[in-house]
Amino acid sequence: MKRRLGILAPPLAVFAAFICAWYFYSGVILDETRRKITLPYFHQVIDQSFLDAENRADLLGALWTSAWIAGIGLTISILLGLTFAVLMSQAKWIERSFYPYAVLIQTLPILALVPMIGLQFGFGIKARVIVVVIVSLFPIITNTLFGLKSADQGHHDLFTLHGAGRITRLFKLQFPSALPAMFTGFQISAGLAVIGEIVGGLFFGRGAVDLGNRIQLYVARLRAAELMGAIALSAALGVAVFWFFGYLRHRFTASWAEAE
Amino acid sequence: MVFPDGTHALDDVSFDVNEGEFVTIVGPSGCGKSTILKIASGLLKHTDGSYDLADDNLGYVFQDSTLLPWRTVLKNVELFDELRKGDKSARRANAKRVIETVGLGGFENHHPKRLSGGMRMRVSLARSLTLNPKVFLFDEPFGALDEITRQNLNEEVGRLFKELDFGGLFITHSIPEAVFMSTKVLVMSSRPGRIIDSFDVPFDYPRTADLRYHPDFAKLSGDISKGLAEGH
Repeated sequence: MKRRLGILAPPLAVFAAFICAWYFYSGVILDETRRKITLPYFHQVIDQSFLDAENRADLLGALWTSAWIAGIGLTISILLGLTFAVLMSQAKWIERSFYPYAVLIQTLPILALVPMIGLQFGFGIKARVIVVVIVSLFPIITNTLFGLKSADQGHHDLFTLHGAGRITRLFKLQFPSALPAMFTGFQISAGLAVIGEIVGGLFFGRGAVDLGNRIQLYVARLRAAELMGAIALSAALGVAVFWFFGYLRHRFTASWAEAE
Repeated sequence: MVFPDGTHALDDVSFDVNEGEFVTIVGPSGCGKSTILKIASGLLKHTDGSYDLADDNLGYVFQDSTLLPWRTVLKNVELFDELRKGDKSARRANAKRVIETVGLGGFENHHPKRLSGGMRMRVSLARSLTLNPKVFLFDEPFGALDEITRQNLNEEVGRLFKELDFGGLFITHSIPEAVFMSTKVLVMSSRPGRIIDSFDVPFDYPRTADLRYHPDFAKLSGDISKGLAEGH
C-alpha cells in the first residue's frame, strides 16, 4: 500500500499542479465570455461532458466508434506489417525493394494525403480505416524486421548444424527472438492508430460518429466544455491501448526476456 | 584455411581424434583454434585439405551456452532431437535422462534467465549429450565462468568422457585446464595457425582436484607454457 502510494504520488502531484494552472488561466486570465467559449473550468468540463446524460451518451458512443475503427485499422496494420517484415527478413532483394516505400509512408504528412483518400475512397468509415493503417504500419514493420534479424548468430549456427530449414528457423528461432521488439512496435502503433482515427474523423464524417466528428462539431458550435471532454476521451483511449499492448508484451515475454 | 578476405588462418594442421581420446588445443588469441572446430563441424568450408568425421552425431559446445531464452531447460535440451524430427515421447525421455546426467534434475521447467552461468553450461552440455555423440567439440566453453565453477565443470566433463567414451576436441586459453582435461595437448602458433608441439598427458582417470597440485602436473604445465612462448 505504502509503495503503491509512492509510485502514484508524483504523477498525481503533477496532475494537481496542472489543474491549478488550468483554474488560474480560466479564472484570472479569461473573462467570463471567453472562458465559456474557449476554456471553461475543470469542473464545468466534467459536469457538462460526463454528468449530463445526453452529452455523456454522445461522447461514449463516439469513443466506442473511434475504438473499433482504430481496432480494425490496427489489425490490418499488424497483419500487413508482419507479412512485409517476414518477407523482408527472408530475402534481401525484397527488403531493398520495399523498405524505401515503408519509410516514405511514414514521412508523408498524413494531412496532405487526407483529401486524396477522401476522393478515392469516399468520406466514410473506409477512408478512416485507411488513414489508421497509413499512420500505424511503419513501426510494426521496422520493429518486427529488426527483431527477426536480431536472432543470435550462435543460435543460427545451432540451427544450421542440425539441418533446420528456412521455415523451422523462422518459427522456432527468429519469431520468438522477435517477440519483445514486435510488441514494442505494436505498442507504438496502437497509440498512433488512435491518433490516426481521430484525425481521420476530423475530415470524414459519414457512416458513424466518432470522436473526431464530435470534436469538429463542438468546435463549430463553440461548445468548449464538451470539446475538452472529447479530447480527454481521445487521450484515455490512446493510453488504454498503449497499456493493453504493454500488458501483452509482459504476458508473453517477461518470464524469459532478460530486461523488461 | 584461407578466408575470402585473404586472412590466412590455418596452415598445415593435421591430427586425429579417436574415441577415448581427449585432445586439447592451446594457442594464442586469433591463432585459428575456433576455426578448426568450425571446419570439423561443417559450419565453415575449408579451402584446402580434408577432414573425416566418423559419425554424424557431433556434440558441439560453444563459448556461450547458446540456450534459447524463451525455452525452458527441458525444451532447450530437446531442441536437437526436435530439429532432427525425432519421436516426441522418445526425445522427452532422452532429455530428462541427460538432464539428470548433468545434475540438473528438478530444473526442467526453469528458463535460462533464472540459472547461473555454470548451470547454463550444464544445460548446453546436456543438449549435446542427447545426440549420444561419438565426437564432442568444445570451443572454450568455460572461459566466462568463475574459477570454482570452471574446475567443477572440468571434473564433470572428465567424468562424462570416461563414462560415455567419446572423442573430445577441446579449445582453451588455460594451460591447467588443458592438462587437467586431456589425454593429449596440442600447441598452436599464432597466425597462420600451425601445430608446433604435442604433449601426451599420462594421468589416470578419474582425475580429481588434487591432481592440480601434483608436481608432475606443474611440470607438464610448465613445459607446455614454454612451448607456447616459443611459438610466438
